[in-house]
Amino acid sequence: MSGGYRLASGGRIDRSRPLHFRMDGVMHSGFAGDTLASALLANGVRVVGRSFKLHRPRGVMAAGVEETNALVDVGKGANAEANLKATEIELVDGLEARSVNAWPRADRDALGVLGLLKPFLPAGFYYKTFIRPSWDTYEGMIRRAAGLGHAPVGVDPDTYEKQFAHADVVVVGGGIAGLVAAWSASAGDAQVILIDDQPELGGTLLGQPVPINGDAPDIWLSRVEAELRARPNVRLLTRTTATGVYDHHFVLACARRLGAGPRQRLWKIRAKKVLLASGAFERPLVFPDNDRPGVMLAGAARTYVERYGVAAGRSAIVVTNNDSAYHAAFSLRAAGVKVSAIADLRASPPRHALDAARHHDIEVMPATAPAGVAGRHGVKSIKLASVDGAGRLGAASQPIDCDLVCMSGGWSPALHLYAQAGGAMHFDAERGAIVPDAAFEPVVCVGAARGTFTLAASIAEAYAAGAHAAHATGHPSNDGFITPKVDEWPQVAAAPIVELRSARSRGAHSWVDLQNDVTAADVRLAARENYRSVEHLKRYTTLGMAVDQGKTSNVNAIAIMAAATERTMDAVGTTRFRPPYTPTTLGAFAGREVGQHYRPLRRLPAHEAHAELGAVIEDYGGWLRPAFYPKADESEATAVTREVLAVRGGVGLFDGSPLGKIEVCGPDAAEFLNRIYVNNMLTLGVGKARYGLMLDENGIVKDDGVLSRISADKFLVGTTSAGANSIGYWLEEWLNCEWPHLNATIAPVTSQWAVMTVTGPRARDLLRAFDTSIDLSAGACPHMNVREGTFAGVPARIHRVSFTGELSFEVAVPARYGQALWREMLKRGQAFGVTPYGIEALMVMRVEKGYLHIGADTDGTTMPQDVGFAEIMAKKKADYAGKRSTMLPVGRDPRREFVGLEVADGEAPLPIGAHIVDPSEAADTRRTHGWVTSTCFSPTLERPVALALVENGRARMGEIVTLTSTHGRRSATVVGPCAYDPNGERLNG
Amino acid sequence: MLLIECPWCGPRSEIEYSYGGPAHVTRPGPAEAVSDVEWATYLHTRQNPKGLHLERWRHTHGCRQWFNIARDTVTHRITAVYRMGEAPHESVPPKGGAT
Repeated sequence: MSGGYRLASGGRIDRSRPLHFRMDGVMHSGFAGDTLASALLANGVRVVGRSFKLHRPRGVMAAGVEETNALVDVGKGANAEANLKATEIELVDGLEARSVNAWPRADRDALGVLGLLKPFLPAGFYYKTFIRPSWDTYEGMIRRAAGLGHAPVGVDPDTYEKQFAHADVVVVGGGIAGLVAAWSASAGDAQVILIDDQPELGGTLLGQPVPINGDAPDIWLSRVEAELRARPNVRLLTRTTATGVYDHHFVLACARRLGAGPRQRLWKIRAKKVLLASGAFERPLVFPDNDRPGVMLAGAARTYVERYGVAAGRSAIVVTNNDSAYHAAFSLRAAGVKVSAIADLRASPPRHALDAARHHDIEVMPATAPAGVAGRHGVKSIKLASVDGAGRLGAASQPIDCDLVCMSGGWSPALHLYAQAGGAMHFDAERGAIVPDAAFEPVVCVGAARGTFTLAASIAEAYAAGAHAAHATGHPSNDGFITPKVDEWPQVAAAPIVELRSARSRGAHSWVDLQNDVTAADVRLAARENYRSVEHLKRYTTLGMAVDQGKTSNVNAIAIMAAATERTMDAVGTTRFRPPYTPTTLGAFAGREVGQHYRPLRRLPAHEAHAELGAVIEDYGGWLRPAFYPKADESEATAVTREVLAVRGGVGLFDGSPLGKIEVCGPDAAEFLNRIYVNNMLTLGVGKARYGLMLDENGIVKDDGVLSRISADKFLVGTTSAGANSIGYWLEEWLNCEWPHLNATIAPVTSQWAVMTVTGPRARDLLRAFDTSIDLSAGACPHMNVREGTFAGVPARIHRVSFTGELSFEVAVPARYGQALWREMLKRGQAFGVTPYGIEALMVMRVEKGYLHIGADTDGTTMPQDVGFAEIMAKKKADYAGKRSTMLPVGRDPRREFVGLEVADGEAPLPIGAHIVDPSEAADTRRTHGWVTSTCFSPTLERPVALALVENGRARMGEIVTLTSTHGRRSATVVGPCAYDPNGERLNG
Repeated sequence: MLLIECPWCGPRSEIEYSYGGPAHVTRPGPAEAVSDVEWATYLHTRQNPKGLHLERWRHTHGCRQWFNIARDTVTHRITAVYRMGEAPHESVPPKGGAT
């Protein structure tokens, strides 16, 4: 060990591949196989971050996902990622990391002085202090001072994939229990997926090796991995974190990828059985100043030696309440680190531990605990004290020099996925852990995740669980698995979980949740203030929140709360873990459904032809449709005016393909539709069409359109373009659920047909330029009729319906002919001056005509009687959807009715949304009497036109009303909705 | 995410389905014979039980057919799947979920 903290040999790193990286701008080096954390430790970087609230210097505490301190932002600009744990980041060349919540750097933080304020910043401090004059006064300052990393700037340039998979058995965790479970589950032909978050399989054994069959565990591990890889029914997902287990064995897992291509892949796996072999997290001990950089979990310190070839210090003290930390002491000693002593909280550590310590020449101090740690930017010394079974400390010793404190407070099963799936847990004092209840089928825990802390027992348990899962999914197996011999200590009864505290101490510097700066004193404060429920404790103190979600702090907090309130651990309970298990980037959930794939837009069959004409194409309800067709340098207004006048004066061509089309067929089709529409549809003759309204069960106008009867038992329901999908589903719901005895079928056919609307006084002339089997004369096919036949040599349906108020034909042909028909109509129509027009001109023309536009002229309160259907309703005896609701008292109250508004000559159009008010009412208390729903300048009438919903509107014809809006006050006259050709003479040409 | 057995297509993930509220809600009629209270109850009053719930689902991204299931609202265990118009499955005790 020279210069840095990298050991001369050992570890699983590849010393032939050095890597360089920057931390807070300083260049460091590491090796392939390092994590950022191990590389930082190797370079002697002790302070890696600042705490959330108090900006206390913090160092690496763990070696895995449970890390609470070493949070960094990685990358730059749009590529940046916030709040990653240095222990999870695989080192790559050129990595740029910055510590979070520190400025300018972690070891010289300008706000570090806040730490001195700890006595004044207890739990609940914000709630109690920043209330006068209001929270807003302080919020900006507090947000600058507190918080973690920075969100990336700009759109994420990376791509993400999703993949679905099915499996008989999913095993989460690639440690020894997971490997054995996967082995036995896959011995037959069950499909097995093993998920592990590390780059290599082996789990805890990689960093805390135990001899297997008398050898290093690598030999056994590689044999098992080779066998699993050879099995065609096994899929091994490494670098993949199972982030959630949801209902019915649904497992979500996020795979990280290195190199080019997608950065992450989200696996959505439906399993039949889920086995959880997620291991256990080591618990910190709670004692004064336990947050000093250099106070580390013993298993982590050992992992840095054994897996990464790094000594986290040069002179260590081990403090523990269990056997496992002894092995950390032995590893450190073997790596050349001075280990001054093992302070064991237990009064009589077991014989095997004492013997082994003596063998390694390490002093064991029973009934001894840490009483304080000195060294603001890194441990300099520790004081020890005698301790009793309740954690009460005696007089502290003189400081003992050291730069590393390895602590172990026992092990907590990683039950997050189990709990997410609904599994219940209880505290097992013998094991010193919160363990899963015995029988919970959705997730079966094995090994350390079940609180089984010896490898031999874990192996037996995992093997049985794997075999059972295979059998239960119909894949019995019986292979020649040879149980390995493991050289390990027996399990002994666990010591109680206690806070280490002297009689005088409040525990104000004994940290429970380091990431959120929650101390033992804060937990007791919460208890005193009656936040005794574990959920209240969490929210009042923020314990267990943020990036690590309390993986190392929860159990200690529950124990302190239990002691403070004289309850059992089980009575305090645990918070319900929620997914994800570790922070997961939103990009992984979004996958490829971003940008233009977020909401794919549909194109018209004749899209290309519209584009060639220079149409301005916009998104109308998910369809890309021409808004207008500007010529040369025409503005929108000029183009729309030209298009409207062309239709009114000659002939226009419009692509109406997205109009909703639903075929309803069968002997009961007429009866069914009569129960749907407000109108009487039983009387609709073959070849006839009728405009109708549909209501929801609340009596609110849901959609409108033209219903046409193609033949006796075949109808075509026309819906708005926006309603095409939802109305289809809605009709099916009525038929399927309410009237299943009606003999009818429903087929949505919207996109099967391209619809070209030919409209204007010369519309018929244009159609006569084509061969058709249909007699289009006024006598043979009058307004509101439908005919089937051929047109231009292809099958066609021709509707005489009009949304412009002019003579109109809607020519529907199979979608594949749409573009050809559009081009041909434009070509042959040249002789008649045909003009293509877009949605905007159509909307102007329908406002001129006072035609209702559902969703614009109606809202969630509009009933059919409001839009002129009162007579139709009165005549219809039969029941229909929503009928009873229109009869409720609300349907008879003064209602906002659909009318037109006229303004004086020379005035501008009324503003959309302008409210009709009573000018005699005071400005600050007046209410609305209705509002403008559609408004435009009519090129045809050369004056503004407007539609509105006005209270009692139909009784107020001729009344001059006052309107107000942000554009000021206006007046207008209430008129009928139809401003152009009110008698409809032009329709019937 | 639930795994629901469509009576027509077999087991599929919940993302293929749409939830359609409680099953066996009887629509009162004819309109003229129904009181305002009775109608409001039909429109708005639901039981929202903790435990067994009979409910309607539509296999939207599949066969588009509606059917009923019996689901425990606590454990999400599905104990019966049955077709529209059928009485609740025999495993479902009478006076199940819906009004």
